Amino acid sequence: MHDLRLGRGLILYVVGACLVLVLPIAILVVLAFGDQSYLRFPPQSFSLRWFIAFFGDPRWQRALWSSLLIAAIACAIATVLGFFAAYALVRSDMRHKKLLLSFMLLPIIVPYVITAIAMYFVSAPLHLVGNVVWIGVCHAVIALPIVLLILLSSLQGVDLNLERAALSLGSSRVRVFTRVVVPLALPGIVSSALFAFLASFDELVISLFLAGVRSETLPVRIWNSLHLQVEPVIAAVSAFLIGVTAAVLLLDGAVRQARSNKTARLRAIA
Amino acid sequence: MTAVEPGPSRGAIELRGVTKVYGNERVVDAVSALIRPGEFFSLLGPSGSGKTTTLSMIAGFVAVSEGSILVDGADIVAVPPQRRGFGMVFQNYAIFPHLDVFENVAFPLRARKLAEAKIRERVAGALELVRLERFADRFSRELSGGQQQRVAIARAIVFQPSVVLMDEPLGALDKNLRYQMQVEIKEIQQRLGMTVVYVTHDQEEAMNMSDRIAIMNGGRIEQVGRPVDIYESPASVFVARFLGEANLIEGTLGAASGGSAELQAANGLRFRARSPSAPARGGAAHLFVRPERVTIARADAQVQTQADGALNQTRGRVVQTSFLGNIHRHLVEIAPGVRMTVDVQNSGGGSMPQPGEEAALSWRVADSVVLDG
Amino acid sequence: MVDPARRHPFDAGTMLIVPAVLLLALVFVAPLLWFFAKALASQGGPAQIVAYVATIVTSKAVVSALILTNWTALLVTGLVLLISYPLAYTLANSRGMRFTLVLFCVVVPYFTSIIVRTYSWMVLLGRNGIVNQALIQLGLIDTPLTLLYSMTGVLIGMVYVLLPYMVLTLYATMRSIDPGLMRAARGLGAGGFYAFRRIYLPLSIHGVLSGSLIVFILALGFFITPALMGGPSDVMIAMLVERSVEIMYDWSAAAVMSLVLLVATLVLYGVYYRTTDVRRMMGA
Repeated sequence: MHDLRLGRGLILYVVGACLVLVLPIAILVVLAFGDQSYLRFPPQSFSLRWFIAFFGDPRWQRALWSSLLIAAIACAIATVLGFFAAYALVRSDMRHKKLLLSFMLLPIIVPYVITAIAMYFVSAPLHLVGNVVWIGVCHAVIALPIVLLILLSSLQGVDLNLERAALSLGSSRVRVFTRVVVPLALPGIVSSALFAFLASFDELVISLFLAGVRSETLPVRIWNSLHLQVEPVIAAVSAFLIGVTAAVLLLDGAVRQARSNKTARLRAIA
Repeated sequence: MTAVEPGPSRGAIELRGVTKVYGNERVVDAVSALIRPGEFFSLLGPSGSGKTTTLSMIAGFVAVSEGSILVDGADIVAVPPQRRGFGMVFQNYAIFPHLDVFENVAFPLRARKLAEAKIRERVAGALELVRLERFADRFSRELSGGQQQRVAIARAIVFQPSVVLMDEPLGALDKNLRYQMQVEIKEIQQRLGMTVVYVTHDQEEAMNMSDRIAIMNGGRIEQVGRPVDIYESPASVFVARFLGEANLIEGTLGAASGGSAELQAANGLRFRARSPSAPARGGAAHLFVRPERVTIARADAQVQTQADGALNQTRGRVVQTSFLGNIHRHLVEIAPGVRMTVDVQNSGGGSMPQPGEEAALSWRVADSVVLDG
Repeated sequence: MVDPARRHPFDAGTMLIVPAVLLLALVFVAPLLWFFAKALASQGGPAQIVAYVATIVTSKAVVSALILTNWTALLVTGLVLLISYPLAYTLANSRGMRFTLVLFCVVVPYFTSIIVRTYSWMVLLGRNGIVNQALIQLGLIDTPLTLLYSMTGVLIGMVYVLLPYMVLTLYATMRSIDPGLMRAARGLGAGGFYAFRRIYLPLSIHGVLSGSLIVFILALGFFITPALMGGPSDVMIAMLVERSVEIMYDWSAAAVMSLVLLVATLVLYGVYYRTTDVRRMMGA
């Protein structure tokens, strides 16, 4: 891939497009630091009052707590189950691998509305609406394909001969997993865990139906608040969510960078 | 899981009718062999001959379709690979990149829950054997290919297995390094007295290191024997061609008597050769003789005759001469479409026929063999 | 005959996929099947169900929602394609800083919550929003434009959300186009646009098709963005489904509409599946 010289028109266009992509989010973050009780751009004075309003409001606090808990559960379930599934798909001699993979990608293919409604339809009679653990499990279903896609590529990079060597050296299958496969796939595991967490944290549609009143998540609370009024607290909450996204992306980038630094050193020696 | 101490009576491997079927293909077809304890045994053949699959079945990574594999008398086919206790060395080294050299070599000892002091002692011993004592804290990305391979060897022997399996371990190294490693591996094997089953497609390598070689082709073993035996007396055209250069003259079998037979080739040429089996008269056959066993002289020079008829003689025209460093290689056409390769040691003396000139060729009947087919 | 004691050494590995499959079967597939079965069966026997489905599918609300949804999805896909193509081209032909910057601008919205993305445009497009304020201050308009709560708002919102999908899909295809080919075309005397039309564009068609399919499929199922940014008459099929459940508790109607949407989605996904190589993801 080389750095092609691009025409001036194209460069102008790309700059414009990138600005349009980033500005809405950036503006929202700026607005969140505004001092007025209405949204005004550019803000005339800055303060943290809307963040204080956000973190100080018990309902928003509950929503934050629900979001964190649900995302943690979804992340744990999706990462563990997804890791094993990815390993099975990459290593085993199964027939119908293609079919199985397509099956496991269904949750991101079926429109979320339909999934959400069906889950709600089943959850209501079972009194699971508003159950944080149950919502976490349902989110895990959505996060699973993401974990799978990341780990499929990650595990393909783990040399099969390393596992065979470990076996031949007398290591039990469990040890092969813990001493060889997991350490080598760790960047991929961390990456998929991060994005599984994010997928759940940001998720709105399923949470809308399953959260009920007790377990509103942050996105759900925003949705409910929007129909009342467009107030700056929402901007602060949004800024917070953007911050979480940015943190996840930075962490993932850092993990990726650490890996590529190792490979760069390898290439420098070779 | 106790470490197996190598010794003269341990490490015998018997393959009985071992077969592997993938779909409709018999990738390994009824392979049988008896490998003695402490023997350096090679599986030699072109790619696709089934040698790696056979090794994988011995290691336990591939399930056996039919047949059995016995180690010191016990059938190990149902034993999972981590309990077979064989050392294994792979072509791409398979050094754990996230562990340093010490931890790599210590890995099998930790898996066997040896005491820390014992581990340190054994690892030091293994590293000394491969001359990598000063590299204990390096990682694989800091090592050259040859060094990585030595780590792999140290790791495979540190738990004192009675059998070590090697799958083309030197394939990724350059020629000079490869030869050096062959010598080292052989020395280690002889010092420790373990059985080695070695897979390679390089016939020089197999002949250099092995006590016995099994030549594989299309999933079957074509011949098993000491390097010198299969080189001098190949059992088939395939084996003859696979090991070194070979002259193979097509013809039909004539009369046979006393361990030798007559071959009638094109243009009325008749030769005699050894015939270990008793092939049918009139059938198609090849006459085999190694280029270095054929003498070549100018047609006008004095031709040596042997009174007891134990010599094959013929004449031809030199088509091409190549200088290969240690030998001069002549291509001689003895009949239309029939050419022989003659190798002459580059010992400096004597005048040789030039391309275009007539030459007289001769070789001993005892140096040539009649091959089927 | 093969001895039963001869297990395949990697059997345990195959079992590892079972928990994930179980999770999907119990928490995803089962509820879907149960929902469709029960909600439709509540209408009676097969004949009644068919009649009911026909009623719903031909009802004015549903038909206009379906038309609007498809039309919107088509429009959005077209717009997204036009806007994304040059972006993806730039990404595919950049390295280093330029590459990282453009990628950053595409990826950050991609991973931001849809509610935040939609909300940001609501803030921008409102009657007193930033865009209107800026336009008035620049003297381009006198009264604020109705950008929000209209089809315009819906389009802007959906295009914004779906852009990254198209850019990344196009980029993946364009990355494998040999830059030497365009150089060769120019060397042979082809002008810039001619070379692009005859060489680059056809080579990128695969990415265009799969990207368009993905975006179209996703657009069909949209409900958050149209609900927040559309006007009262801008009702997409997914919104109808949601209203059926939340407001009218009409599960059967919701089931029928969901089925229509689901069938359309699965059919289109089938087309996508055929044209791309799913197996490549498993390294076969």
